[in-house]
Amino acid sequence: MTTEIDRREFIRLAGIGGVVFMSGIYGLPGQAMPGNKDFFFVQLSDSHWGFEGAKINPDAKGTLRKAVKEVNSLNQKPDFVVFTGDLTQTTDDTNVRKQRMKEFQEIVGELDTKVVHFMPGEHDASLDKGETYKEFFGATHYTFDHKGVHFIALDNVSDPTGSIGDDQIEWLKADLGRQKPDSNIVVLTHRPLFDLYPQWDWATRDGAKAIELLMPFKNVSVFYGHIHREHHQMTGHIAHHSATSLMLPMPEAGSVPKRMPIPWNSAEPYKGLGFRNVHSETKARKYELTQYPINEAGKV
Amino acid sequence: MIRETAKRALAIAGLLAMTGLNIHSALSEDSKTIKISAKRYEFAPSEITLKKGVPVILQLSSEDRSHGFYAPSLNLRADILPGKVTELKVTPQKTGDYDFYCDIFCGSGHESMLGKIKVVD
Repeated sequence: MTTEIDRREFIRLAGIGGVVFMSGIYGLPGQAMPGNKDFFFVQLSDSHWGFEGAKINPDAKGTLRKAVKEVNSLNQKPDFVVFTGDLTQTTDDTNVRKQRMKEFQEIVGELDTKVVHFMPGEHDASLDKGETYKEFFGATHYTFDHKGVHFIALDNVSDPTGSIGDDQIEWLKADLGRQKPDSNIVVLTHRPLFDLYPQWDWATRDGAKAIELLMPFKNVSVFYGHIHREHHQMTGHIAHHSATSLMLPMPEAGSVPKRMPIPWNSAEPYKGLGFRNVHSETKARKYELTQYPINEAGKV
Repeated sequence: MIRETAKRALAIAGLLAMTGLNIHSALSEDSKTIKISAKRYEFAPSEITLKKGVPVILQLSSEDRSHGFYAPSLNLRADILPGKVTELKVTPQKTGDYDFYCDIFCGSGHESMLGKIKVVD
């Protein structure tokens, strides 16, 4: 049975981050895999709770809350929500870090969604190798399966060099060893696994090792954050999709001399904090990607 | 010979002091060594000038914690660890401006810890 999602609803959901609609996407053309059901999940990223900078986002205390309200106002609930890192803004003070994570947890605790998967970004985990993060959110890398799709959450931030690390690479290798060549695999991570723009630290130092391990699998997509803007790239047959931020937008790689957030423009509030939706069509085995801006009210 | 070089360096240093130019940068051809110090959230100097085809050693040190030095377009990278001087040898082959940055996350200003290498004829 195919779950139909009203397009207006779908677009509205996408307005607060990114939404991924899974439509038996990895089955053979015209042949959905047994047990597969269409579903969608919401991807939120880079909320940087604790960030202060009115010139960048004067609604720093409100954007995440708006996102939660938007998700909750949907008629059809997503199967789960995933946060792909930088939940909080970094700080040297462990107590402040804990306070920010606690506040973040309280805010997203209002999500009317049964399952929420968290991942760290370097702002959450790099200064203490993920210790505080783990106290609040649990493991920094893990897998789960949902309706015929195998999800792998990779941690490329607890190591402050922006690396996955040999131990986790071995863990990934072992996990993939249990998958079939045509398994449906979605990788969730914070930093891009490929060299998107190393000059701005938009890369993972040993990301190529992960991609190499994933290459034998036919059906792999990667969803990540970190760059605070939408970006889509293929490495061979593997598709990589970045999410927009819920705090501060970034310019296109290399388009300005220095890597700096885009200042708030009161004439176009929330510009750059837009959204995308990703719709995968089963038979054609392709994604339909649509980008929408957020309006001043934070609603589509 | 050494004395002559030292005198020349001092003369240039004096000149630079008057003009306010960066001593590390301008002395690179004579000394063949440029010291770059890293601390949250800056490199000092943050801009250096090298001559195309002239070998140089970058001496990297940290004043506080671990940092990284990465100039992707020049294929130069090193960890900068406290209490240790790390050397990088470079002979730039092409003129232009090349960015470098800290690639070991070091805190709230990490993203702005940047520098530039200018390579001139």
